[in-house]
Amino acid sequence: MTANAGSIGRSSGAKPSLKGKASRGSILADRAATVVLWGTGALVLLILGSIILHFAMAAWGVVSLSFILDNPSQTTLGGIMPVLWNSIYMLALTMLIAVPVGLLGGIYMAEYAGDNIVTGAIRFAEESISSVPSIVVGLFGLILFVDDFHWGFTALAGALALTFFNLPLMTRLSEQALRAVPQDERSASLALGATKWQTIRHVVVPLAIPGLITGVILTAGRVFGEAAVLLFTAGIGTPPHYNFMNLDITNPTSPWSPFRPATTLSVYIYKLNSEGLGAFKNQIVDGSAAILISMVLIFNLGARFVGRVLSRKLTAS
Amino acid sequence: MPITAVYPEPVLRRVEVTAPRAAVQVAARPADIKIATEHVSISYGDKVAVRDVSLTVQDRSILALIGPSGSGKSTFLRCFNRMNDLIPGASVKGEVCLDGENVMEADVSVVELRRRVGMVFQRPNPFPMSIYENVAYGPRRRGLNDRRKLNDLVETSLKRAALWDEVKDDLRRKSGLALSGGQQQRLCIARVLATDPEVILMDEPASALDPVSTLRIEELMRELREAYTIVIVTHNMQQAARVSDVTAFFTMADDRAGYLVEVGPTGQIFTRPSEQLTEDYISGRFG
Repeated sequence: MTANAGSIGRSSGAKPSLKGKASRGSILADRAATVVLWGTGALVLLILGSIILHFAMAAWGVVSLSFILDNPSQTTLGGIMPVLWNSIYMLALTMLIAVPVGLLGGIYMAEYAGDNIVTGAIRFAEESISSVPSIVVGLFGLILFVDDFHWGFTALAGALALTFFNLPLMTRLSEQALRAVPQDERSASLALGATKWQTIRHVVVPLAIPGLITGVILTAGRVFGEAAVLLFTAGIGTPPHYNFMNLDITNPTSPWSPFRPATTLSVYIYKLNSEGLGAFKNQIVDGSAAILISMVLIFNLGARFVGRVLSRKLTAS
Repeated sequence: MPITAVYPEPVLRRVEVTAPRAAVQVAARPADIKIATEHVSISYGDKVAVRDVSLTVQDRSILALIGPSGSGKSTFLRCFNRMNDLIPGASVKGEVCLDGENVMEADVSVVELRRRVGMVFQRPNPFPMSIYENVAYGPRRRGLNDRRKLNDLVETSLKRAALWDEVKDDLRRKSGLALSGGQQQRLCIARVLATDPEVILMDEPASALDPVSTLRIEELMRELREAYTIVIVTHNMQQAARVSDVTAFFTMADDRAGYLVEVGPTGQIFTRPSEQLTEDYISGRFG
């Protein structure tokens, strides 16, 4: 046996050195892969870090409590309170529509729909709408809500256009989150005599919450950051001074009403940057950008926290 | 089969002291037959997985299904509570009667059926909830919300599953997943007991457990036999010999369809089986 083994391998009898050439190539490739992958990771962090750092420095001295809480001004730095309010308002309104519909759509796709022509068509539509440029979705909202429905530039028109834009993503992410719940859990519940809906409601959805939260975060990020969809639907004017005591949501002058123009923070940044004239224009843009980034970060962390609490509440007693 | 709207009192069926079963009567009186299958064949698409199985299970006895992998034991087991319904393309022919009622009929409520025929799976699969909520899951879905009744039911079920003493101090704080494998499986059994079933199906319930946990599950099965009808699929022939009253031996035909070779009292199957195939299998010549 040993003689045979010798003759198969190295008949010369020269023992390969542990530092031999044979392994050098693969070691090099291994090192290169490590360097490239670490480098890529570092690049991603560097980009994020420099964006945050840039706006943190640019906004230094601009952002203050009064910048957040004051109305815009022609003569001084003023504040961005109304547009910040509008961003939050649009986020809430859009999520109020998109999250339930997206979740129900995801439940249908993951738990009820089989693999057939209809679901194939739904998936194709999801992917197509997701890749339609947002400016086109904005134009569609302009034609449908603003013109045909005679709503004018309103928060509701913006929220519905944003829903069109986000629903496919929300549905797809919900479906994926629900599908990721192990089949064992469904079997266990069904075998205990639970109905399909009880199984979905009490086992599948609670277990999918971390994934569902990811869907909500990604959707919310797009709502916060989206400008193109809203230019033609929610309006682009400088907001008036809001009276928050006016709680009549049917009154277009109330900041609580969905039937009023609602320029959001990102639309405001676009407007100032492209056509703003005031002396403090650049400071306001930098400050607004810093606030926008902070809001996205706060929202992401907040959503994760809520998700953890919710998941614990739904699965434990 | 109508769904009962009112959940019965949280008293699990009392253990009745029955005469020791010295010899199991296979030819039982009809009234004692809990489950009877008539010419059951199960296929997935074109592929026949189980062919023409007819057997009966006596009330309050343990039937063990043994046989090599692929002989259709688990598939056969899953037609008792119609879990095969969940597999796309699966179709079941023949009759499966529970107390004389064919469960395969279209108007049978599978929800009600699965409450009467509980199931324990191969891999312990507690929900990622507290121990309490795991056990309360079935009763809650049945509409039982009375706190006191639930507490009693959880306690009774955990006691019957021989888990109470180990978990009673952190019922609500500890997740079912934080238990050891053997405890998890006993929790799954307690979860089934809480739904007050008549039959418990066990699909290789101890195959993922260590020997000590396995023995505990086997002891538990012997206790539960006093009140429940149990059908167990096992790869472990010693286990079948230790716990079951009746053993059914399955194997695969040339076309890979599983079929029943013979069924009889466990003692007889393991000492003097009537079929050569059975003897070859239990003596370790194949499978």
